[in-house]
Amino acid sequence: MSMILAGESPGATPGPEATPEGGTVAAGGSPWRAILSVFIQNRLAIVGVAIVVAMVLFSFVGPLVYHTDQVHTNLGDINVAPGGSHPLGTDDVGYDVLGRLMLSGQSSLLVALAAALLATVVGTLWGAVAGYVGGAVDAVMMRIVDSVLAIPPLILILLLASVFRPNTWTLILVVAIVSWLAPARLVRGEAISLRTREYVQAATAMGGRRGWIVLRHITPNAIGTIVVQATFEVANAILLLAALSYLGLGPAPPATNWGSMLSNGLNYMYEGKWWLIYPAGLAIVLTVVAFNFIGDALRAALEVRLRER
Amino acid sequence: MTAYLVRRLIQAIAVVFGVTIIVFLILHALPGGPARGMLGPEASSFQVHQFIIQNGYNEPLWIQYGRFLDQLVHGNLGYSYQYNQPVASLLSEDLPKSAVLVGLSYLVALIVAIPLGILQALRRNSVVDYVTTGASFVAYSMPTFWLGILLILGFAVTWRLLPPEGPQGATVAAVLHDPSAIVLPVVTLALVTIAAFSRFMRSSAIEALLQDYIRTARAMGMPERTILFRHLLRNSLIPIITLIGLSLPATISGAVITESVFNYPGMGLLFWTSATSHDFPVLLGATIVFATATVVGSLLADLLYAVADPRVRYS
Repeated sequence: MSMILAGESPGATPGPEATPEGGTVAAGGSPWRAILSVFIQNRLAIVGVAIVVAMVLFSFVGPLVYHTDQVHTNLGDINVAPGGSHPLGTDDVGYDVLGRLMLSGQSSLLVALAAALLATVVGTLWGAVAGYVGGAVDAVMMRIVDSVLAIPPLILILLLASVFRPNTWTLILVVAIVSWLAPARLVRGEAISLRTREYVQAATAMGGRRGWIVLRHITPNAIGTIVVQATFEVANAILLLAALSYLGLGPAPPATNWGSMLSNGLNYMYEGKWWLIYPAGLAIVLTVVAFNFIGDALRAALEVRLRER
Repeated sequence: MTAYLVRRLIQAIAVVFGVTIIVFLILHALPGGPARGMLGPEASSFQVHQFIIQNGYNEPLWIQYGRFLDQLVHGNLGYSYQYNQPVASLLSEDLPKSAVLVGLSYLVALIVAIPLGILQALRRNSVVDYVTTGASFVAYSMPTFWLGILLILGFAVTWRLLPPEGPQGATVAAVLHDPSAIVLPVVTLALVTIAAFSRFMRSSAIEALLQDYIRTARAMGMPERTILFRHLLRNSLIPIITLIGLSLPATISGAVITESVFNYPGMGLLFWTSATSHDFPVLLGATIVFATATVVGSLLADLLYAVADPRVRYS
């Protein structure tokens, strides 16, 4: 149905539940180059990539160009309005806001990327094993996924963050624990359909070990779905991390991220100190929107490939 | 129908059991052990020792889990050392207020999203479609707390039209007594839902528009209005039932944030304050209640779907 739909109206965005069926590997040629060519025709995708590149440069290269003291507080220079030597002003303990934004960007992006990577790897293996092995193993593994999914994500992450004291590593772990479920479900669906393909059956018939088949045949052929989902998981991780820090359960000072900055700035909401609120909030929204653009475009590009097959 | 119902019910019960196991495991992962976690940092080591013996925390795990389930079934969720109240009574006081917030925002979201999605489908690839689709994409990507903050900054700080804080009060009646204060929390929670629902409604209506029965109705010269209401609306509404069920976890997460942003006295605010003060009895009890609500919600949605679309029952 969705194929007719997309053919009828090229601009139509697929619904959030539209996932490609089956694998993504085209017979012969270079599937990745074809996907890339569809991807770069999508203007929103280019905008998304540009924003992500800009954010990474800003956070990691920025501090090399724009030197600020983000270690020592400067209580003689607090809440200074933007202008002069502080383009975005200073915060309530005298840190330069622009420099702080870069430092926060580093931890926000690093934690989100690491958590998304961990969640994708664990979710992929979990889903591939459950889908390929099937039977009672599948039933038990998926009921575990269902049970964790039944706990609303923010509830689970608040609970875990109050049990484990938040530092960079526990934050990555906590965000990943909440995020591995969607990849697990998607990859399981792929694995179930791949299990019946001739090449997987041939590998099984020739006595291929289960672990080998999962790693060598199931996972690589589900890679399209995995990459698309991983992109959304990064956006999701940035949101979760920001929400957690906004709610005061992020990393303890002096560690910081965009959510912590925002949470801190909100104490001055009624005093017109906009530079403590908008820069951090915009950084979060822009980055999340950018990763969502990229994910949407990747999914659309993969669907085009599937249709051409 | 009965077979489908039974199968679905067994699945739901299995998931609720799974949740109790997860919560039981977290109870044992608490810093200082389960007894210390339940009594709080103020309790003396003698009290902790006594609590361990009284509650059998020195017995084998499977016996402890049995006792844990027994307590749950009898509605005993522990005792909050922060509030000096049983967790069950804290939750039963705040749950209805959260239900009001979530219910109102779903209502607003459906009233806006259904016509919006159909409009986008009918005028697809037009300026109206691009603008509204783009707007819902941005709203969908916005963190709930950022949306709430922007609304407060606009409507409460700059224009001074609405209060920046949610309605205060111990009961549902007291909360509803202050309608102007409930507007911003409801709108915040509804906006994210509208974004998700209208996107879904759009693709569901586009799909329905391509069906043979619509083409036949048009060919027979049926008025466009009749086609719209009798055929398009009714058929594209069915998937919305599932969507409400599926969106419950996200909406509950959104409600926690909304309640924290607006200081709205519901279960989400209680959960947040308990998380910051490490009040584990409340956190664990509330987690079970939230998860059960999610499971019951998606079960109801599936059953309603089976009633609305008989094909599901036989699959």
